[in-house]
Amino acid sequence: MNTVATVKRNKIHPHKFTLWVAIGSILMMFAGLTSAYIVKRNQANWVSFEIPKAFWYSTAVILLSSFTLFLSAKAFREREMTRYRSLMAATLVLGVLFVILQVLGFKELTKIGITFTGNVSFSFLYVIVGIHAVHVIGGVIALVVMSLKAFSQKIRTYSSVPVELVSTYWHFVDILWIYLLVFLMFIK
Amino acid sequence: MSTAASLHDVHSHTGHDAHHEHHHHHETFISKYVFSQDHKMIAKQFLVTGIIWAIIGGLFSVIFRLQLGYPDQTFPFLEDFLGHWAKGGKLQPDFYYALVTMHGTVLVFFVLTAGLSGTFANFLIPLQVGARDMASPMLNMLSYWFFFLASVIMISSLFVQTGPANGGWTIYPPLSALGDAAEGSKIGMDLWLVGMALFIVSSLLGGLNYITTILNMRTKGMSMTRMPLTIWALFFTAVLGVLSFPVLLSGAILLLFDRNLGTSFYLSDIYVAGKILPNEGGSAILFQHLFWFLGHPEVYIILLPAMGMASEILSVNSRKPIFGYMAMVGSMFAICILAFLVWAHHMFVTGLNPFLGSVFVLLTLLIAVPSAIKVFNWLTTIWRGNIRFTPGMLFAIGFVSLFISGGLTGIFLGNSSLDIHLHDTYFVIAHFHIVMGVASFFGMFAGVYHWFPKMFGRYLNNTLAYIHFWITIIGAYMIFWPMHYEGLAGMPRRYFDYSNWESFKMFAGLNEFISTVAMIVFAAQLLFVFNFFYSMWKGRKVRTQNPWGANTLEWTTPINPGHGNWPGEIPEVHRWAYDYGKDGKEFIPQTTPVGHDESEH
Repeated sequence: MNTVATVKRNKIHPHKFTLWVAIGSILMMFAGLTSAYIVKRNQANWVSFEIPKAFWYSTAVILLSSFTLFLSAKAFREREMTRYRSLMAATLVLGVLFVILQVLGFKELTKIGITFTGNVSFSFLYVIVGIHAVHVIGGVIALVVMSLKAFSQKIRTYSSVPVELVSTYWHFVDILWIYLLVFLMFIK
Repeated sequence: MSTAASLHDVHSHTGHDAHHEHHHHHETFISKYVFSQDHKMIAKQFLVTGIIWAIIGGLFSVIFRLQLGYPDQTFPFLEDFLGHWAKGGKLQPDFYYALVTMHGTVLVFFVLTAGLSGTFANFLIPLQVGARDMASPMLNMLSYWFFFLASVIMISSLFVQTGPANGGWTIYPPLSALGDAAEGSKIGMDLWLVGMALFIVSSLLGGLNYITTILNMRTKGMSMTRMPLTIWALFFTAVLGVLSFPVLLSGAILLLFDRNLGTSFYLSDIYVAGKILPNEGGSAILFQHLFWFLGHPEVYIILLPAMGMASEILSVNSRKPIFGYMAMVGSMFAICILAFLVWAHHMFVTGLNPFLGSVFVLLTLLIAVPSAIKVFNWLTTIWRGNIRFTPGMLFAIGFVSLFISGGLTGIFLGNSSLDIHLHDTYFVIAHFHIVMGVASFFGMFAGVYHWFPKMFGRYLNNTLAYIHFWITIIGAYMIFWPMHYEGLAGMPRRYFDYSNWESFKMFAGLNEFISTVAMIVFAAQLLFVFNFFYSMWKGRKVRTQNPWGANTLEWTTPINPGHGNWPGEIPEVHRWAYDYGKDGKEFIPQTTPVGHDESEH
């Protein structure tokens, strides 16, 4: 049953709209976590921490990945499929690299005594960064699916909606990461 | 046709929409009844699952009412099917708490959230806005199956050795965070949290779809202000859910970490089971903030769909336009905003700053304004109406009655000074059971009786329905009205046995009375369940397309609509949904163009 195609007068595709509402919902979750963080920080027994170097590298990586994904979507719209494929693959590699760098960051933290079960401030750092990483992994899975489709000989795609959905989500987790980093940097 | 396919051909397929419904002739039993992507079937799945949950949750209350009503007696049959939880026919205190906890969890989340908005949002949104299905039927199907999985996990917690969660439905830490603190805080609590996490995912997937469908998929002419109030109510419900459930999820995740990974988000300075715990720096109050930030919107998630359906049913069966349509929408919007700003009224006695408390008192009491507007509008809608007392109508009127009597006690509880005396007493139990529990149940029953003909093409039995209504409404008041007096006298909730307390001994007779009525009312609900399933197959068949003479779009579909709802084009809408008794006509469906000689509403 094709329910979406029956609607002609939309300005925004329903699936894109759904994604935007979902983004609002995810934001509420992080709003919950970060406000819990602020409440907790104003109480006794809070130990501040330094943000590990790997997190800074990962920031550069995810920014770059957003850029490649942007170019990739542009290539798709221009039907430059070869360019689209390689840029999509590059984004995927960068996405995976981001996750690896996050893990390295956690290792770095553990080494200097900032452990998950240490002070409650450390637990918050792990949980906030970790839950963001889970959302990035969701994006990476979407990128894997897109790349597989892009390199498949059998599937021909003309609609730009899937590419745009993945782009929107990926830029969102990117911006969310920047926000969280700034948040953790200034309020620690 | 799958959603994945629709992603790709959205731009190429706009010319021949009318032929889509011919594509789905390969329906198997699995694709039609199990992994269905038809919103109507998903709605029925939610409804039937909700009914099963309601029987389980209701039965729990009957069992713990046995203890409360007859504390000095034993019931050997309980030992037969509860085993060591009812040794010698007497409930064990730990299991009593488990029953109370699961009763709350099941009814608040699994019945009145999933069973109510899951059923009616799925069923009514596409039918009443004029869409062939939800924006994403795939996500919709996943929404049900996440709910099913959550149900399985929650049920499984009833069968573990240490029993289900027993820290109250609000699962406050540290009790819920420490396995050593109570039997139910062992594996049962983990199952509770995992079940709830899946439940939240289900609610979110559903909510996303409801919002998108309402905003994006309305038929031609269906402007926002022409939508029936049911749709407005379901829209606000979905918005509340999408914004508040993620916050509960984050609270639950932190609790899971505290329980299993040794963090101290909620734990500090605790001595339990002869041990001093190493946890330091946590705050148990933090959990309450996160919980009630969802918890309060949750009561409107439960109530708003009932309000919407009552509005629609009252108007249809009074043969009069709804009074103050825009005021209804405006007051629902106001309730929606205020829902997010009052959570701390659940926490007046937690050591909250009294100044902050007074702000929350003000915001809480403000909710009385939109609520009063709605009540006024319902009463003026039926005022001098040509009322048809169908079962749906009776339940809708019952809803208004319960909303008034339960809402008034909310004004007592919303005052932080009165709350010092009333908090955690039976007054609170009486208040929220009437205004949120029973009232929403009445909205749900009204909806089931009203839309059953559209769901199954058959009518429910009216005689059984009237018996069901009168026993339930009289019973509900007989159960919960006396609880106000108990609460005012200071009788606390959640106690296992009041006969040991000099102050509460005098209520023994009253408690016995309440328990007896509770059993009778529970039996009356089984009558409804029988009626429901019997009428599904054997009920009187619906012969006319529009049995209630209603204006909304769902009654323009065939008596048994297929997937896609309308066999031809989706009808165009020309007017609002409430043209009853206009220009000498009894009702004018939304699809009728506005004539030259009539003014648009």
